[in-house]
Amino acid sequence: MRTPVTLRFLGMLTRTGWIALALFAAITLVLLPVLHVYVPHDNPLHVSNYVITLGGKIMCYAVVAVAMDLIWGYAGILSLGHGVFFALGGYAFGMYLMRQIGTDGSYHSTLPDFMVFLDWKTLPWYWTGSDSFLWAMFLVLAVPALLAALFGFFAFRSRIRGVYFSIITQALTYAAMLFFFRNETGFGGNNGFTDFRRILGYDITSPEMRSTLFALSSLMLMLTLLLGRWLMTSKFGRVLTAIRDAESRVMFMGYNPLHYKLFIWTLSAMLCAVAGALYVPQVGIINPSEMSTANSIEIAIWAAVGGRGTLIGPVIGAALVNLSKSYFTVAFPDYWLFFLGALFVMVTLWLPEGVVGLWKRIRNRGRA
Amino acid sequence: METHSQQGARMSVAEQGHGWEDNAPAVGHILQPGLDISHKVILYLDDISVSFDGFKALNKLSLAIDAGELRCIIGPNGAGKTTMMDVITGKTRPDSGTCFFGQTLDLTRMTEPQIAHAGIGRKFQKPTVFENHTVFDNLELAMKADKRALVSLFARLDDVGRDRIADTLRLIRLDREADRKAGLLSHGQKQWLEIGMLLMQEPQLLLLDEPVAGMTDDETERTGELFKSLAGRHSLVVVEHDMAFIEQLGGKVTVLHEGSVLAEGGLAAVQADPRVIEVYLGR
Repeated sequence: MRTPVTLRFLGMLTRTGWIALALFAAITLVLLPVLHVYVPHDNPLHVSNYVITLGGKIMCYAVVAVAMDLIWGYAGILSLGHGVFFALGGYAFGMYLMRQIGTDGSYHSTLPDFMVFLDWKTLPWYWTGSDSFLWAMFLVLAVPALLAALFGFFAFRSRIRGVYFSIITQALTYAAMLFFFRNETGFGGNNGFTDFRRILGYDITSPEMRSTLFALSSLMLMLTLLLGRWLMTSKFGRVLTAIRDAESRVMFMGYNPLHYKLFIWTLSAMLCAVAGALYVPQVGIINPSEMSTANSIEIAIWAAVGGRGTLIGPVIGAALVNLSKSYFTVAFPDYWLFFLGALFVMVTLWLPEGVVGLWKRIRNRGRA
Repeated sequence: METHSQQGARMSVAEQGHGWEDNAPAVGHILQPGLDISHKVILYLDDISVSFDGFKALNKLSLAIDAGELRCIIGPNGAGKTTMMDVITGKTRPDSGTCFFGQTLDLTRMTEPQIAHAGIGRKFQKPTVFENHTVFDNLELAMKADKRALVSLFARLDDVGRDRIADTLRLIRLDREADRKAGLLSHGQKQWLEIGMLLMQEPQLLLLDEPVAGMTDDETERTGELFKSLAGRHSLVVVEHDMAFIEQLGGKVTVLHEGSVLAEGGLAAVQADPRVIEVYLGR
């Protein structure tokens, strides 16, 4: 009884799940972009720049949250350094964006402004090819994947687990941040990259480009969710959760947890990197603060608030936390971190399964 | 030409055995398609010593298990029974001594997954089933198959596998519980599930650490029947405290004490041995 691939694909989500996904696609791929581009500014139906940018940003964050769920929720590996992969993806694409500025920078040089400022005469070797879009795409995937694979290989092979692993990932992102802070590193030091003008020759601030990036972020989010769902309904996913619950038992059955962990860990890093590459042109800046330890911890909070091991939960968590962040940082700028801390404590104490767990509890009570 | 392709086929068998591992020892053993038990001994431990911070858990332990044998191992707490299983399954590396599976496989140089693939299955003292997985999934995960990560991404359960799981479910009397989460089973049922998982691996040697702990008398007796029916086709090493159960099994008994073999023989003979009485009852 071999299930055909299409049937297996359709069986991944429930009917309601597919309908919700189609609805989300219709809104984010068609409705909002159309309302943004074709409805004039004075019309009440016009969707503003602010909404499109914030929406795109949150969808990028949601991809990161799902990537976090794949390793934390399903494989039980808590990374507190996932920001480094997000930032590396952003930097890799940022290099291309810097080259697309051309001679429109303050110094009218073919070199990026910060290099002129440092009195560099030529591009460093690792900037070779950075004017190619395809090479940039390749770097976005390859660099974080390589770092994740190397780091993961040594960490998992040494059987570093739990809180020790989390601490090392913190050190990883912190070290990367310090490295990128240096001007000599060649990535713009603490200012990072900004003042982007174009992608593929098109104006980066035009409504069409903003809508495209917004739609691409949405597409990426949906693909990430489907990929996650497919992985977790496969035997691979069942082995992964088995490793999470009783690793040594899995080994005595003849599985090698190293390969399972390494695969999901590297995949998770690559998803973060793509999200970072989509994020940077939408917010218009990338600097080393993206690699700060606090940023990475926040990613874990999104996943925890939404509900670990549910895929959709982290999406909800990322949206909720970031929407309230947008509100709080304007209304009470001094209290955001207190609010975030309180939220994390409350979720840990009373909502171990996050918002999704709460929803399930309410629904079950209604039935009983 | 023909010999060439045969060689190719043999190579690929060897590669399959080695594809999924990477903590491989510098001098790797090529896994043979079958285990070499030409000398009738399936497991051979010689002069094994293990110490933890100066405490000698195993002290020059030597032990041989014949193919198809059902061996019981008893001994007071701290005698080294669990450490011995850890050495056999690759969890603990001995400080000295040799440990062979069949004539060719040096277990002290293999990793846990390699040893499992070679044909040694282990049931832990505390039943460790995957509590968040269904009973069915527990058996599916244990089933003998290609267990490499990339293969499992696309692995589908075929009819043969489904039938095997169904057979095992009936054997361990959990066919009604197939879709329940394993965490919801009773202690005895978990023990049975773990034995079922072990059988799904099709091991040649089964290591069973206190398999009937927490079972009712009825369940214990049924477990004994099952083990006796397995002996012959499989080799079994059972660690137990339940003397009635050991008597039911009826095999050779080895008594461990302070990390080495104190006595070996039939249960009655061992129980009459003054050294054994002294260890168990004290002076």
